[in-house]
Amino acid sequence: MIGELIKGMATTLKHMFRDPVTIQYPDIKRPPRTRFKGRHELKRYDNGLERCIGCSLCAAACPADAIFVEASENTDEQRFSPGERYASTYEINMLRCIFCGYCEDACPTQAIVLENKYELSFYDRASAIYTKEMLIVDVPVNGNPTPQAVEPGTFDKPIPDMEDPR
Amino acid sequence: MGIEQKLGDMGVITLRLEDLVNWGRTNAMWPMLFGLACCAIEMMSSQASHFDASRFGMELNRPSPRQSDLMIVAGRVSRKMAPVVRRLYDQMPEPKWVIAMGDCASCGGIFNNYAIVQGVDEIVPVDVYVAGCPPRPEALIDGFMTLHEKIRSEKLTDHA
Repeated sequence: MIGELIKGMATTLKHMFRDPVTIQYPDIKRPPRTRFKGRHELKRYDNGLERCIGCSLCAAACPADAIFVEASENTDEQRFSPGERYASTYEINMLRCIFCGYCEDACPTQAIVLENKYELSFYDRASAIYTKEMLIVDVPVNGNPTPQAVEPGTFDKPIPDMEDPR
Repeated sequence: MGIEQKLGDMGVITLRLEDLVNWGRTNAMWPMLFGLACCAIEMMSSQASHFDASRFGMELNRPSPRQSDLMIVAGRVSRKMAPVVRRLYDQMPEPKWVIAMGDCASCGGIFNNYAIVQGVDEIVPVDVYVAGCPPRPEALIDGFMTLHEKIRSEKLTDHA
């Protein structure tokens, strides 16, 4: 019996000298995996124009009805996106969203991408609705903020050319 | 109940006492052993060794509502479960807090139908909503931190 006791205590003792597996979360953050789907971001082109053309395909693909898109017409004096229209209102209810990534798959211009932010805690339900201003990324270094004034005839296609269609 | 009702004008001493009480409340908050669906798996994971909720004094999941301070509604609440959740909440002693963990508990999530309660705030007052389907353990711990922020700003008389 004594031998078994020593054997058991030896295991305990061995674990005392091991490093703890605990991640000290609020101080040390484990980087998410590359395929992790977190909070959405609305992307921009390199010149600062918004990728979103307000087609609402993401809202149609969303199984939880978390996305609301309202489109408006672009003009050459006030141009937000290279297409015919842009999203004047873009809202995602983070408490409805199940982070499935269907919106990302449905998007023809790869405007919406699920990035790796996951810290989404709210005191009330109204603050869980993320507006376009909260979702859109910052203007790139060489880009200009939207709306931009462009030469007439620069963007004459209703839908911009697709890059890397999936 | 006790000191909360006897406090009149809040002087310096009682304000410091408030800080002490809130510190105590944030550092020994026992959640109720109570999971309804898949979010409970992540809740268990947040208490296991990798994330270790005992760092915040939350290692004791009390299987009785009378010994718990925090109700984590982890998972979708069906209409049939709703009275049970409410009863468990009523049995918890004051002060008590509720975290709606995940989309289904917060607003029904993907289950926008007649069988699921569209957010547990229909039946119990919710302090913090945590988004995610399910939220990863870090997201839940972030919810705990958000709740701790809220408790630190509470007054003693709030729970009187």
